[in-house]
Amino acid sequence: METNLKIQDELLLKMYKEMVLCRTLDERIWMLNRQGKAAIMASSQGHEAGQIGSVAALRKGYDQCYIYYRDLAVLLTLGLTPAEIIKGFVAKEGEPLSGARQFPTHGAHPEYGVINLSNVIATHIPQAVGAALTAKMKKEDRVIVAYFGDGASSAGDCHEAMNFAAIHKLPIIFFCENNGYAISVPLSKQMAVANVAARAEGYGMPGIEIDGCDILAVYETTVEAVAKARAGLGPTLIEANVERYLPHTSDDDDSIYRSSQEIEEAKKRDPLRLLREQLLERKILDLKEDKHIHESAKEIVNKATEEAENAPYPETTDFFKHVYAE
Amino acid sequence: MAVITVLEAIREAMREEMRNDDRVFIMGEDIGARGGVFLATEGFLSEFGEERIIDTPLAESSIAGIALGAAMSGLRPIAEIEFADFIWPTINQIVGEAAKVRYGTEGKLNAPMVLRAPQGGGVRGALYHSQSVEAIFAHTPGLKVVTPSTPYDAKGLLKSSIRDDDPVIFLEHKRTYRLVKGEVPDQEYTIPLGKADVKKLGEDISIITYGLMVHHCLEAAQMASLKNISVEVLDLRTVRPLDVESIINTVKKTGKTLIVYEDNQALGIGSEVSALISQHAFEYLDAPVIRLGGPEVPAMPFSPPLENMFMIDAEKISTAIKELAEY
Repeated sequence: METNLKIQDELLLKMYKEMVLCRTLDERIWMLNRQGKAAIMASSQGHEAGQIGSVAALRKGYDQCYIYYRDLAVLLTLGLTPAEIIKGFVAKEGEPLSGARQFPTHGAHPEYGVINLSNVIATHIPQAVGAALTAKMKKEDRVIVAYFGDGASSAGDCHEAMNFAAIHKLPIIFFCENNGYAISVPLSKQMAVANVAARAEGYGMPGIEIDGCDILAVYETTVEAVAKARAGLGPTLIEANVERYLPHTSDDDDSIYRSSQEIEEAKKRDPLRLLREQLLERKILDLKEDKHIHESAKEIVNKATEEAENAPYPETTDFFKHVYAE
Repeated sequence: MAVITVLEAIREAMREEMRNDDRVFIMGEDIGARGGVFLATEGFLSEFGEERIIDTPLAESSIAGIALGAAMSGLRPIAEIEFADFIWPTINQIVGEAAKVRYGTEGKLNAPMVLRAPQGGGVRGALYHSQSVEAIFAHTPGLKVVTPSTPYDAKGLLKSSIRDDDPVIFLEHKRTYRLVKGEVPDQEYTIPLGKADVKKLGEDISIITYGLMVHHCLEAAQMASLKNISVEVLDLRTVRPLDVESIINTVKKTGKTLIVYEDNQALGIGSEVSALISQHAFEYLDAPVIRLGGPEVPAMPFSPPLENMFMIDAEKISTAIKELAEY
């Protein structure tokens, strides 16, 4: 028991460092957008515990994540460097996912097992199911996680994908990051039921609603779902209730449809603050180390920003490459 | 050499590829115990089992999307859409996604998948069992679109499609399934995608066509020969990529070109072929390039006289040949 707690302490501290780095990076990219240097940004602020807690339950580089545009922390935790990520936002050479052909965070990194193909909401969910089908057919114990927002849960592809995965007991986790808004449309106008997880019963798989700002809850729930999927016992729908602290993207103005009081209220459950308090309280972290973690994150992000800004734009020589096999 | 139908050729191609490569599997509606509504997968369930012959729910978007995910992760799916008329829900996954996998990941991923569908009319299929869908897919770089006409071509082209490293839309004219028979070699062969085939040599007029229309054109060419008009028939076989060289060669030879296709004429395959001819063979033309394609109605009606009005047959082609010969 003591050993388990020790492991848990180490894990929590590791996840805290990842979260601080992600928040620092996210804030920096938002700033780069406001400076006119990054064309578009969808912030992950408020989603980090859901993303980092779930990735921690995976075998990195073996399991596969089909992510969507708000999954900055998934990319970072799976192994992309801050410099590589910022290069995506400033569309520079060396961007590893699509060679800066796509929007930031889009493309694929097969070595890290991360795919973010499209901007069309929910199209990746059946694709993730196809990857899970491959794992099953090849008799590999690989687990696939399809990350998506509450908005995607309304799409037909989401329904078709979940139905198929449940029929064939595929090794997949449907991980819904529910922040309560599909751009500007609130949950009450997206669904008549209380939550997304309730739908799982209709497909014949478990649906679990969790506090997506509680990183330990996310981690433990995902560990269990992953173990089940790996053992061939089929899919799970996890609905992590998270918060969105910034507008949908840098092109959105949320003041039109959201009150500042609502956002202030939401910040009471800031996953970063909650984890910090927990760590301090349990004496896993002291103020001195916390300061060091923040300074170190800032330094990493400063260096990454410099590297990305100084990188050249991609050459146009390869413009016609990769349309077909050559 | 055995004489088989187009349907049997397709069945043989899939069976051989499934025996050769365990990454190949088939998914679609009614393909298991039923063997497919046209019996293209008859006997497959007992030979290959439920793991590789997957009866899917009636949900075309996910048939394409799941096949795409399987293709991106190392398998070689053949996804069957029961009728091409039901292919529209897959457009998002095929045109929107599969076509862009290689380009959008800078070549890190690719999608070696085949989307098979029976298409075309003249079978009393009405608006929703007669459509031709090639032009929609052929517009998109990243996809390949195959439209075979004979058993020999269907088998060789389908085997190449399954082995291809990019997404292929394989459109079989359902009227050729049992109607068209032909010789197929006993030994293994493939036909490269993007190569047209001269189905009949001629001197006076070139007909450029594909799919079922190849047979109507050959019939019309036979009728024309009785009037001493020598017609060459070029079967495109694949409409993306187009075999531009073969198109230009036949036009240079005859100077008069008729393009025949069952799909709606405007903005169709023939429109692109016509533009290529005027760009690359303008000096060789002795007459305007003529298209004979589907009329300006959205789909093929049910009642026989209405259906006949839509369908192109040897008689309509003969009229066009005569006009072109007299120009």
